[in-house]
Amino acid sequence: MSSETLTIEEFQEIGKALRFLLMVAWLLPLAGFAVEIFAGYWGHRRSKMASFLAVGCIFIGFACSLGALIHWGTLTRWGHKTVAESQHHEGKSEGEGQTGILDAGKLPVEFVALADKPTAHKDADNDDHHTTSGGGHKDAHHEGEHHDDHHGPGTPAFSGGFYLLGSFGDIEIGLDYYIDSLTLIMFTMVTLIATCIHIFAIGYMSDELVEDYVDHHAHTSDGKHVHRPGRFYRFFAFMSLFCFSMLGLVLAGNIFQVFVFWELVGICSYLLIGFYTERKSASTAANKAFIMNRVGDFGFLIGLMVIVTYLGTFRFADHEVNGAAQPGLFTMIRGADGHIDLDQTVDVETGNDVNVVLLKGVDGETLTNANGKNRTIPYWLLIVAGLGVFGGCVGKSAQFPLQTWLPDAMEGPTPVSALVHSATMVAAGVYLAGRFFPMFTTEVLLTIAYIGCITLFVAATIAVVATDIKRVLAYSTISQLGYMMLAIGIGGWGAGLFHLVTHAFFKSLMFLASGSVIIGCHHEQEMPRMGGLWRKMPITAFTMLVGVIAISGLAIPGISIFGEKIAFSGYHSKDEIVATALAFMQMNEQHFLLFLVPLITAGITAFYMFRLWFYTFAGEPRDAELHSHVHETPWVMTTPLIILAVFAAGCAIGGTHGPLWLGLLNSEPIGLATGLTGQLSGIATPSHDAVHAVHSTAGMYALIVAATGAFVAYLLYGAGVIDPGDIKQQFVSLHTFLVEKWRFDELYDAMFVRPVHIVASWCVGVDRYVFDGLIHRTARTTIDVSRWDRKFDEGIIDGLVNLVGNAVFSAGRSLRVVQTGSLRQYIMFIAVGVLVLFVLLFAVFPS
Amino acid sequence: MFSDIQLTNYLLVGAFLFVCGVVCMTTKRNGIGILMGVELVLNGANINFIAFSRYTPLGLDGQIFSLFVIVLAAAEAAVALAIALNFYNNHLSIDVDRGDELQG
Repeated sequence: MSSETLTIEEFQEIGKALRFLLMVAWLLPLAGFAVEIFAGYWGHRRSKMASFLAVGCIFIGFACSLGALIHWGTLTRWGHKTVAESQHHEGKSEGEGQTGILDAGKLPVEFVALADKPTAHKDADNDDHHTTSGGGHKDAHHEGEHHDDHHGPGTPAFSGGFYLLGSFGDIEIGLDYYIDSLTLIMFTMVTLIATCIHIFAIGYMSDELVEDYVDHHAHTSDGKHVHRPGRFYRFFAFMSLFCFSMLGLVLAGNIFQVFVFWELVGICSYLLIGFYTERKSASTAANKAFIMNRVGDFGFLIGLMVIVTYLGTFRFADHEVNGAAQPGLFTMIRGADGHIDLDQTVDVETGNDVNVVLLKGVDGETLTNANGKNRTIPYWLLIVAGLGVFGGCVGKSAQFPLQTWLPDAMEGPTPVSALVHSATMVAAGVYLAGRFFPMFTTEVLLTIAYIGCITLFVAATIAVVATDIKRVLAYSTISQLGYMMLAIGIGGWGAGLFHLVTHAFFKSLMFLASGSVIIGCHHEQEMPRMGGLWRKMPITAFTMLVGVIAISGLAIPGISIFGEKIAFSGYHSKDEIVATALAFMQMNEQHFLLFLVPLITAGITAFYMFRLWFYTFAGEPRDAELHSHVHETPWVMTTPLIILAVFAAGCAIGGTHGPLWLGLLNSEPIGLATGLTGQLSGIATPSHDAVHAVHSTAGMYALIVAATGAFVAYLLYGAGVIDPGDIKQQFVSLHTFLVEKWRFDELYDAMFVRPVHIVASWCVGVDRYVFDGLIHRTARTTIDVSRWDRKFDEGIIDGLVNLVGNAVFSAGRSLRVVQTGSLRQYIMFIAVGVLVLFVLLFAVFPS
Repeated sequence: MFSDIQLTNYLLVGAFLFVCGVVCMTTKRNGIGILMGVELVLNGANINFIAFSRYTPLGLDGQIFSLFVIVLAAAEAAVALAIALNFYNNHLSIDVDRGDELQG
């Protein structure tokens, strides 16, 4: 074996280590949650114990994740090593291992890390067939094919199961894991950012450390402020649960498990957005977020049903069921070379030809069902499944048309906003779109691209006029998520996820910085009342500036140090997206909007982000009274800012030659590197080479546009050359339109809420006049009948009974005198009675 | 002359005794006297049993019956005397007319 390959044993060892480390990182926050949720009862409400516990859990999680990433990186040379062929394989060089055709009888063991997997034990225990063939089976574990067929040359993904929840026929549902470089990078990113946010939150939430918290934004019915116990511990408990859910989602090895954690993430965001539950706006925002996500999840469920009906499994990777190798979802659809096998068949009912997708097995062969026919899924249903799952991503990642919940989610405490907007909630949608990429057809990808394109433009324009500091950032998040979706949609898988990671750093940085501003300004969020804050809050101001430059994608052209451009992370990732879009446009000219819109929006992004910074930190104080009370926040809040600023500046170091990009690229779905072409739609995605060819051109365009945007912002808000008020006067209707958020809320109000109200009022009418009338009439009839019945009862039945009773009573009364109590009289009665009887006897029957 | 004695004679004696007993029970106010009347009634019945056992196919059954009656009469006398004692305890007399608490 050359140094470029790993032996199976080495590969298994790495898998075991990664599995253990990530499991610890994943489960620790859950353990933390379980303890913290009761901390308010165990301790007193002024204790910071819960926060230390939460920080400890997530920090150990970060250490484990980082350890796993480094372990994987060093042992696989950052994913460049492939796994050795077994000596039974001939005619295959190590470099092209992904062609993956197996010897007959050899089982693929993609899940090598599963050497101790429970299914294997179970099979050996209670299945005779496998007991007898067990020898060969075990050999397969050692000699079998270990090439991952989906992730290009390089180290395959590690997959397997933690725990089998249940099996229904051939469908197994369990807690699985799927670990590749994307999982590892996401784990490290999520835990690092979450650690910073947790530490920041210790400072931000410290006003909850009281027995009697007065909520100045919530009022009781008599107009007084709401008093309630502080909920410091509860906040950290929910944060821990949030991290656990997100990590579980990233680690998930099957789409069903993703869905479970998906919902957990949803409920955590609900709990945290509605943290100030006494405030009407907060509880409404929480409901809105939850309900909008349900709309998306409805699509997700449809996708899941299609998948399980036609593909019969939930797992991403190849696996074993009852000892037999089963292809995972990705193998079935994309096969070894990343292309979908199309076929035509005759529909039984309509007689028309329909396009179907042939499902492929672990060896790349076409799967057949019991009666020898090819197993297929209709092409349109594959599109439905893809659109359905993407519908879930639309809800979770706040894409058009379900974007309106995200700005309202600002009602939650700022650390929550930071977590939701960077590492957890909205990242989940993009992550799933990336993870599920092989299942998307080009039609679905085009939809994703256009949805992302609309979203990024709409949100960016709204951000331009927003005055609430957190809302600007919220719309900026939506816009950036649009970029990621667009990138994934046009085949820039790496670019999209690259941007996800860099964006997570600078957006969490900016949210925490805005939280710091809010605390420094004593819960003032309106930018028009700020201004000139940088003198009072230098650390916050300059870390924020790092974030602003990063998201704007500014760089210093022409100069490079050690061969590296002087640029922050956002420059590299946005550059890559714009370059992919340009290459995509060159291949599909009718979709030129997919390049122009993100390019222009890059300028808008730079404009509104610098507007935010100048508005808040530069210039003269606009509210002297507020300004005089402003103070820099304590170290517990500024330290996370500095850490995040370092990562926001440097996490993408090296750009497309840097470790982050190359690490992500290692997990790229097979076939993307050379470009995918939709057989039916004719849409082609650019290959890596095509993107690379236009990279510098696109980068230059993007930089010029961004610099222009930043410069305009400086003119308007920094230098004050032009008064923004004048421009507002000029375009007053446009301004109002943007301030009203493109009237989406009104639109949805008119489209859904009001029709529902109208239908509801009809229903009320029907209910009130028809059903209630009917019921009332029935009731009245019943009362009348009852009244008659009562008369009958009282008069006749009771009368009869009483008559008998009275008769008996009066008879008894009259007989009472006979009972004299005198013994001798009784004897007389007896004697006389006997005599009378005898006399009667003789009188009636004479002899 | 005793050979002339027929069943009727016995029955007449029994009836006489019975009537004596009944009259005794109705006329006596003394509890013990009433008890005596009861004995007379029972013995009147006994004479009937004996007579029927002597002059009819009833056989020994009548005599056995009368034996039972005697035993029962003894037991009844014991109970009745106990009642009389209690009666005396409550009323300082055994005049049965004094005991009319069961009047309706």
